[in-house]
Amino acid sequence: MGGKEEGMRLRYKDLLGLAHLTSEEIELILHTAAPFKKLFTRSIKKVPTLRGKTVAMLFYEPSTRTRTSFELAATRLSADVLSLAVASSSVQKGESLMDTALNLEAMKVDFIVLRHSVSGAPELLARGVRAHVVNAGDGNHEHPTQGLLDLFTIREKKKKMQGLTVTIIGDILHSRVARSNIWGLTKLGARVRLCGPATLVPADMRTAFGNGVEVTYNMKEALDGADVAYVLRLQLERQQENLFPSLREYHEFYGLDAKKLSWAKKDCLVMHPGPMNRGVEIDSVVADGPQSVILEQVTNGIAVRMAVLYLLAGSSSTLYVPAPEKAVERKAL
Amino acid sequence: MSRTVSAPALDKLLLDAAGIIAKIQALSEAIVKEFGKRPATLALVGIQTRGVILARRVADQLRKITGQQIPVGVLDITLYRDDVHAIADQPEVKETDLPFDIEDRPLVLIDDVLFTGRTVRSAMNALIDYGRPQCIRLAVLVDRGHRELPIGADYIGLTVKTTPEDVIDVNFKETDEEDSVRVRKWEAKKKE
Repeated sequence: MGGKEEGMRLRYKDLLGLAHLTSEEIELILHTAAPFKKLFTRSIKKVPTLRGKTVAMLFYEPSTRTRTSFELAATRLSADVLSLAVASSSVQKGESLMDTALNLEAMKVDFIVLRHSVSGAPELLARGVRAHVVNAGDGNHEHPTQGLLDLFTIREKKKKMQGLTVTIIGDILHSRVARSNIWGLTKLGARVRLCGPATLVPADMRTAFGNGVEVTYNMKEALDGADVAYVLRLQLERQQENLFPSLREYHEFYGLDAKKLSWAKKDCLVMHPGPMNRGVEIDSVVADGPQSVILEQVTNGIAVRMAVLYLLAGSSSTLYVPAPEKAVERKAL
Repeated sequence: MSRTVSAPALDKLLLDAAGIIAKIQALSEAIVKEFGKRPATLALVGIQTRGVILARRVADQLRKITGQQIPVGVLDITLYRDDVHAIADQPEVKETDLPFDIEDRPLVLIDDVLFTGRTVRSAMNALIDYGRPQCIRLAVLVDRGHRELPIGADYIGLTVKTTPEDVIDVNFKETDEEDSVRVRKWEAKKKE
C-alpha cells in the first residue's frame, strides 16, 4: 500500500508463439500461473479480474481439450465467452478469416483465441485487430499455451528446468506442440532430445532452434538418462502418406511401453498433450502409471491460460513483427 | 524492495522501531479485549505484502498475551482489484494461503495503511469467496484518511492527517532496511 509494487509485463499484445518470447517473459507466465492454480482448490473457483471483457473462441480446426480449457480459463476470470463453431458460422459461406475477425472487432471483443490449420494465421490476424490474439495452434507452427502448460508441469514436478533432459517422441515434423516445447525448454535451459522415425524427425532440427537439441532414431539412446518422456499424438492419417509402414511397427519401435520407459531415469515423467492413441504411441500401463502426469497437464492448462489472458490484458499494445530472416527460417521448417 | 526517500523536500518520521512495537502491542490488546483471552477460532489475515508482516507480528504479540498461537493467513488481492488494467505496471499476482477454513470464524484483516478503502473492499470480496466468516474486523497500523468507500478500521495504531498526494512509507525489517513509518510531503516539493 505504501510504495509502488514492481510489476513486469509482456512486451507484445498477442501470444503468437514461444519463439519470440524472452526467457523472462516465459518465467513471468509460469510464475503467474501458480496462484491461479491454487484457486482451483476453493469451492468458488472464479475471480472477478476480467469482468466485462469478452473472449471470442475462433476454432477453424476441431478441438475439445484446448477449447474447453480456454473457455474455463476465461470463465474463471469472469470474462464472457463467445464460441464460434466453424460449421455454424459464416465461414461456411466463404467469409475470410480477416472479415470474421473485423466483425468480432466491431463487436468490441477483447481477446480472440484462434486455432487454424494454416501456420501464421494468428500473426496475420494480430496485425488487423486491436484485440489480443492468442494462438491456440496454427498449422505446424506453434501451440504456445500447450508448450507453457508443459513447462509449468515439468517445473512443478522437478522443481527446476536447467539441465533437465526432455525426450520428445513421435511426429516432430508436423507437430506444433513439439515446436513450442522445444523453444520453451531450450530457452529455460533444458536439453531436448527428439526421437521418432527418420521420416518424421528431420535431422536439421538439431540446428533449427539454436543449441540444446539432439536428434536420435533409437529409443534406448533417446531415453537414456531422460527426466521427461514427452509422447506426441500420432496423426493416424500420416500412415496413408507412407511416413511410417504400419501402426504395429510404429508401436514396436517408438510406442512408449513399460520396457522402453525403464531405460529412462527412475523418476522420469510421462507426458502427452492428448488425446492419446492408446496402444499406438503410448501403452495404457504407462499412460495411467505412477510416472504419468498427463491429467495434471490438463489441470495446469487452465491455470496457464488464465495467466496468459491476465497478463495479455495488461500487456503493451505493441505488435510483434518478425525479423525477415526469421520468417525464412520458419518457412524452411 | 528498496525505497527512495530522498526526493521530496519533507520527510517526517512518524514511528520509529519502538513506536511500531508499542502500536502492535496496542492493536493486540484491543483484539484481546474484544475476543477474550481464549479466542478459540480467531484467525488473522494479512494483506500482501506488508500486511502479512504486520499480521505475523501481531500474532507473536497475541501469543505473549494469551499463550495461544493464533493462525495467520496470507491474502493477495490483485485479482480482486478494480484498477488492474488502469495502472501502468501490472501488479504481480502473489500467493494466497489461508491455512484454515474461514467458515464461521471471526477474522481480523490486517494491513499496514488504510487509505482509500479500495484494498479492503477487494480483500473482503476475496475472503468471502473462500467461505462465510462469522465476522471480519479490520486492523491497520496507520489510518491516513481520504476514504473513497464507506469503510472504517476497528483497530488503528496511528491516525495521521495527510494530503492525498503524500506518501506513507511503512518499513519493516523483514523486507526493508529498518522498522519505521515515514510520511513524504509532496506539497513541500511543489513550492520549490
